[in-house]
Amino acid sequence: MSQLTISPSPHIHSKDSTTSLMRDVVIALLPAVICSFIFYGWREILVMGVSVASCVLLEWVITKYLLKKPSTIADLSAVVTGVLLGLNLPYTTPWWVVFIGAVVAIGVAKMTFGGIGQNIWNPALVGRVFLLVSFPTYMTTWKQPQGLFGLDAVSGPTPLGAIQEGLLSGASVQDLTAAYNYRDLLFANLGGSAGEVCALALLAGFVYLCIRKVIKPWITLSIFATVALTALIFWGVNPARFTGPVFNLLTGGLILGACFMATDYVTSPMSLWGGVIFGVGIGFLTMMIRYFGSYPEGVSFAILIMNSVVPLLNRWFHQKKFGRK
Amino acid sequence: MSKNTFSIGGVHPHDSKISRGCAIEQLPLAPTVYLQLSQHIGAPAKPIVAVGDKVKVGQPIAEPGGFVSAFIHSSVSGTVKSIAPRPDLAGIPQMCIEIAVEGDEWAPGIDLSDTLVTAIPEDNKAIVEKIRLAGVVGLGGATFPTHVKLSPPPGSKCEMIIINGCECEPYLTSDFRVLMEKGEQVVVGAAILSQVMGGVPCTIAIEVNKPEAIAHMEEVIGKLGYKGISVMPMKMRYPQGSEKQLIDAVMHRQVGSGALPISVGAVVQNVGTALAVYDAVQKNKPLVDNTLSVTGECFPRQANLLVRVGTPIKYIIDYLGGVPEDAVKVISGGPMMGKAIANLEASTLKGTSAILFLTAKQTLRAPESGCIRCGKCADACPMGLEPFLLQRLARANDMEALEQNAAQDCIECGCCLYSCPAHIPLLDIIRQAKGAVLGAIRARAAAAKAAAEAK
Ligand code: SF4
Ligand code: SF4
Repeated sequence: MSQLTISPSPHIHSKDSTTSLMRDVVIALLPAVICSFIFYGWREILVMGVSVASCVLLEWVITKYLLKKPSTIADLSAVVTGVLLGLNLPYTTPWWVVFIGAVVAIGVAKMTFGGIGQNIWNPALVGRVFLLVSFPTYMTTWKQPQGLFGLDAVSGPTPLGAIQEGLLSGASVQDLTAAYNYRDLLFANLGGSAGEVCALALLAGFVYLCIRKVIKPWITLSIFATVALTALIFWGVNPARFTGPVFNLLTGGLILGACFMATDYVTSPMSLWGGVIFGVGIGFLTMMIRYFGSYPEGVSFAILIMNSVVPLLNRWFHQKKFGRK
Repeated sequence: MSKNTFSIGGVHPHDSKISRGCAIEQLPLAPTVYLQLSQHIGAPAKPIVAVGDKVKVGQPIAEPGGFVSAFIHSSVSGTVKSIAPRPDLAGIPQMCIEIAVEGDEWAPGIDLSDTLVTAIPEDNKAIVEKIRLAGVVGLGGATFPTHVKLSPPPGSKCEMIIINGCECEPYLTSDFRVLMEKGEQVVVGAAILSQVMGGVPCTIAIEVNKPEAIAHMEEVIGKLGYKGISVMPMKMRYPQGSEKQLIDAVMHRQVGSGALPISVGAVVQNVGTALAVYDAVQKNKPLVDNTLSVTGECFPRQANLLVRVGTPIKYIIDYLGGVPEDAVKVISGGPMMGKAIANLEASTLKGTSAILFLTAKQTLRAPESGCIRCGKCADACPMGLEPFLLQRLARANDMEALEQNAAQDCIECGCCLYSCPAHIPLLDIIRQAKGAVLGAIRARAAAAKAAAEAK
């Protein structure tokens, strides 16, 4: 010992760091990623690879050359954004479209706000929605997937897209949903972006994050509850026009959105009640967009809309302070 | 598993009680001791000896400088060498009485035998006076003069004494050792406190990571047979030993902002204080020594030592083999709230509970990164504050909002900084802001008082 270090208390720190939390999120997403690889084959690997690589590279370039600050890529948050963006895109997306998505996610939604912690909207979702609006053809058509091990997968539009089209042509929901078997929805996909492929893999990741205390379950659970309840009411009133709760829970990236996008620290409220209101808002808006909007899948929009309300929710809902009314 | 714990926040650092098996040893006398005049909360004591005076162990050498202040006794016998400023743990000069040790002669009237005296004197006033004359202060950290706590302001009523045996800070084991080795004395001390406060019930709170202590204290209470004393096993959680949190955990009452525990009917005393009360009342022995742990993974010679107040830290460390090679930080107290020692020549105080060595790997802070708004700091804050918000307001210097968001309620427990994944120095920033807010509140009160008097 040569010199004593003097610094204020506390003198020890928990093992948590931004990097360790983000690493946990990546670990939680792995089952779904692997599932999507098996399902969609090398083209999905390419989409994921391009997405993650461009997000990390862009963050590095922007911090180093534009902001001239120490690089933040070691915190792995760009990797998380990359994986989420990848999971949100169809496996058929051309690499340059993926890259544009990454530019919007990292370059616009994250770094222009000042980097990690400063952004209002979830970067991966901003990227996805931008692509959805700009390149609708790439984003909504799904071709017959060639699984990694030659697994059979189902072709056609996404379940929600198919039903919306079917309704326009006058068919009833019962006829349309009869084609889907819920076991398929839970274990394997019926067309859709990669992240929609395996509900169970996503849910396993969510449970992992809750057990590791990375996230708290309130937001996700209130989204699920609200979606189920709203769908139950509408479907109960008119089953020919509206899809039911189980169908709505299992399709359209709801699980991916509720477990991994709505729970993003930066863009969700911190307090318990703020989180519950946030979740209820997302669930309700999702269902309204699905039932009455022009996009079949409303989760992304619903989350982005509720992201905008977070600063207000954080102002209104505070922790209960010790010994104060 | 016990469910008793406080209601908001808290963290679970590894308890690292590696010195728990070390029985209390008596440290040999140092050649010189330095007794700081200000080693309690309140006004510094005033010296009543002069340079050259011969003193005995337990002889008062400084008297209280006000109501909230305490006597200081010589912890050794010898000659007063100087009364002069000397750098303290942090290197800041503090008035100290320097005494060169000669022999070990105790002042008359002090009972040094091991016999347990269980009969408690009847006159409560006399008891409190004895405690005052013995210079007893709270040994749980705040070093608040004990006789002041035992004289509640008119109109307030004590309903329960809580003896704080949580020792929730990692590494510390001195209270645990005292419970195990001097449990009888602690129980008699608790009984004295309970009698003084009007025969109120007394709860000894011990965390469940010390099952031997819980069992031992239950046995001792049964054996001694005082009424109304019980042990309450507590769930392990930091900062359970903080006064407000402990009252919440034991009595389910929350002390309001800026209020004293007595406002909810509670008086909290630490295990070491209960022992000091026993010594003062039953044995006539003033507070001249206390038990402290010397510990840390990198320190081979773990120990719990009975140390005379005013012993130089360096003397203690050298006795146990010197500062270990890989220690970068020496801390007085625990790792969560203790103070880093800048000056090893400084001496122990009445309230010194441990000397802890930490390595670079254990203690060095990672560089700060951006807040990711994870809310972990707010989840951890036992006062229900929002540290991320307070640090932002503090950096913006928004005093009004800081006060509204209760920066002044911060107990400086460090849970926020401990939890923050972005390694933001939350407490460092909040501590300063708290000081400024408290200053503003005090200035306002003073101005209001002056205005009222002017009328
Ligand atoms: S140090 Fe203050 S702000 Fe931080 S957790 Fe403790 S009480 Fe809360
Ligand atoms: S713990 Fe740190 S990163 Fe998380 S909200 Fe608090 S200040 Fe921000």
